[in-house]
Amino acid sequence: MAYSEKVLDHYENPKNVGTLDKNKSTVGTGLVGAPECGDVMRLQIEVDPATQLITDAKFKTFGCGSAIASSSLATEWLKGKSIDEAIKIDNMDIVEELALPPVKIHCSVLAEDAIKAAINDYRAKNGLEAING
Amino acid sequence: MNFPIYLDNNATTPCDPRVIDAMLPYFTSKFGNAASRNHPFGWVAEEAVDYAREQVAKLIGADAKEIIFTSGATEADNLAIKGVFEMYAQKGNHIITAVTEHKAVLDACHHIEKLGAKVTYLPVNNEGLINLEELENTITDATILVAIMYANNEVGTIQNMKAISAICKKKGTLLFSDATQAVGKIPVDVNADGIDLMAFSAHKMYGPKGVGALYVRRKNPRVKVTAQMDGGGHERGMRSGTLNVPGIVGFGTAAEICRLDMEADTARISKLRDKLETALCKIEESYVNGCVSSRLPHVSNISFKYVEGEGLMMGFNKNIAVSSGSACTSASLEPSYVLKALGLGDDLAHSSLRFGLGRFTTEEEVDYTIEAVSKTVLKLREVSPLWEMFKEGMDINAIEWAHH
Repeated sequence: MAYSEKVLDHYENPKNVGTLDKNKSTVGTGLVGAPECGDVMRLQIEVDPATQLITDAKFKTFGCGSAIASSSLATEWLKGKSIDEAIKIDNMDIVEELALPPVKIHCSVLAEDAIKAAINDYRAKNGLEAING
Repeated sequence: MNFPIYLDNNATTPCDPRVIDAMLPYFTSKFGNAASRNHPFGWVAEEAVDYAREQVAKLIGADAKEIIFTSGATEADNLAIKGVFEMYAQKGNHIITAVTEHKAVLDACHHIEKLGAKVTYLPVNNEGLINLEELENTITDATILVAIMYANNEVGTIQNMKAISAICKKKGTLLFSDATQAVGKIPVDVNADGIDLMAFSAHKMYGPKGVGALYVRRKNPRVKVTAQMDGGGHERGMRSGTLNVPGIVGFGTAAEICRLDMEADTARISKLRDKLETALCKIEESYVNGCVSSRLPHVSNISFKYVEGEGLMMGFNKNIAVSSGSACTSASLEPSYVLKALGLGDDLAHSSLRFGLGRFTTEEEVDYTIEAVSKTVLKLREVSPLWEMFKEGMDINAIEWAHH
């Protein structure tokens, strides 16, 4: 199976690899997947409480190239978005952007789940109810 | 150094150029059908097949008459299991095999289960070896066949065939071995090893694809299998179909080269394998899978904990061909059943790579591979949340993961 140029680029030069301080009230962390399934994604966002804009996003992923690329792309898209915009990111947008084949769609689903988990972790920390796209 | 580097010799091997040279005339000037008994074209083809049959038999210590040519090891596995099940139906319906067998064996067993066979799937220990006592205790009066592979395709573990055959002999049951990964790589002798039926294939030993053989013992005891392919009664009635003469000629030549070069090849290849393995195991949290004390000389299966196998391969698979126990590409997301049978957790199974060295592997290629794989493992660990957790002293198994 050949990888798309975009998957290869994200794999070779992943964007926003790293860790934010998960104890900060402005940081939301989403940890999804399971080692047994061969994919674990941790995606973190930092939100400006005044503007509700995502000012920073970081990820670390255990998984195949498509999983790494999906989470790398997700962090790129998240930066500068409002929470309301971010929650609307759909896994099929990721599939399209990275030209993922059918067997790799689960990687994009995981990335969408990670975004939602990070947003709702931030909301929970700040006494807000969970939202779901 | 030529790229890409091929280190997937358990999947298939390239044809040795000497094999191609031997085969070529049998596509053109010597194109006859080996079953054409009445003209020189047929005689030439038959003579070539007879010679190749001798070459193949000699590699495994058999008599030429005991070699049934097939399209490959999968067909030979099917013929052995289904053929014995049908032929010995009067005697019993119980077959014993192991969970780490190749799919061709396991699926043939599943097939005959639907036809009334009882199949016992023996577990293996963490090195991939079956328990001999358990085997002995599992054999009943209804047992007609024990089917245990000579050496495993994923981890290279070599079973103790002599001990297994002694048990089968004592209990009066036939022993079949899928020896696809072993023949041509390590000394295999059907008489010394006490094997009654044995499947193997040309393309795993530097011969062409599309040709293999089933060894069927002719005396002590005389073994018969019911044909699974009906037709002209070729191969002593056990496998009909016009013989693949060029393929068989290539198979014979490949077998002869393996027999003559095995000692030197093994010495050289195992040294390279050991160099590769020693270097890669210097990486923190890397583990060798299989049985180090009883293993094929050209195989190394290593788990690099906290990185995923397919993601790992992507770091170098433009330049190096290996395979992974991770099955991220399959819809099931299930990692290798062989590694799981050895007791590896799914996480370690997902993190494994299989290196299969071969006759044409060079030290330069091994050095390049050591560097490329090490670099990629370290790079991916920087991206791995599991590695970070491990480094922070967190117990990853204690986390409640959402399984999907």
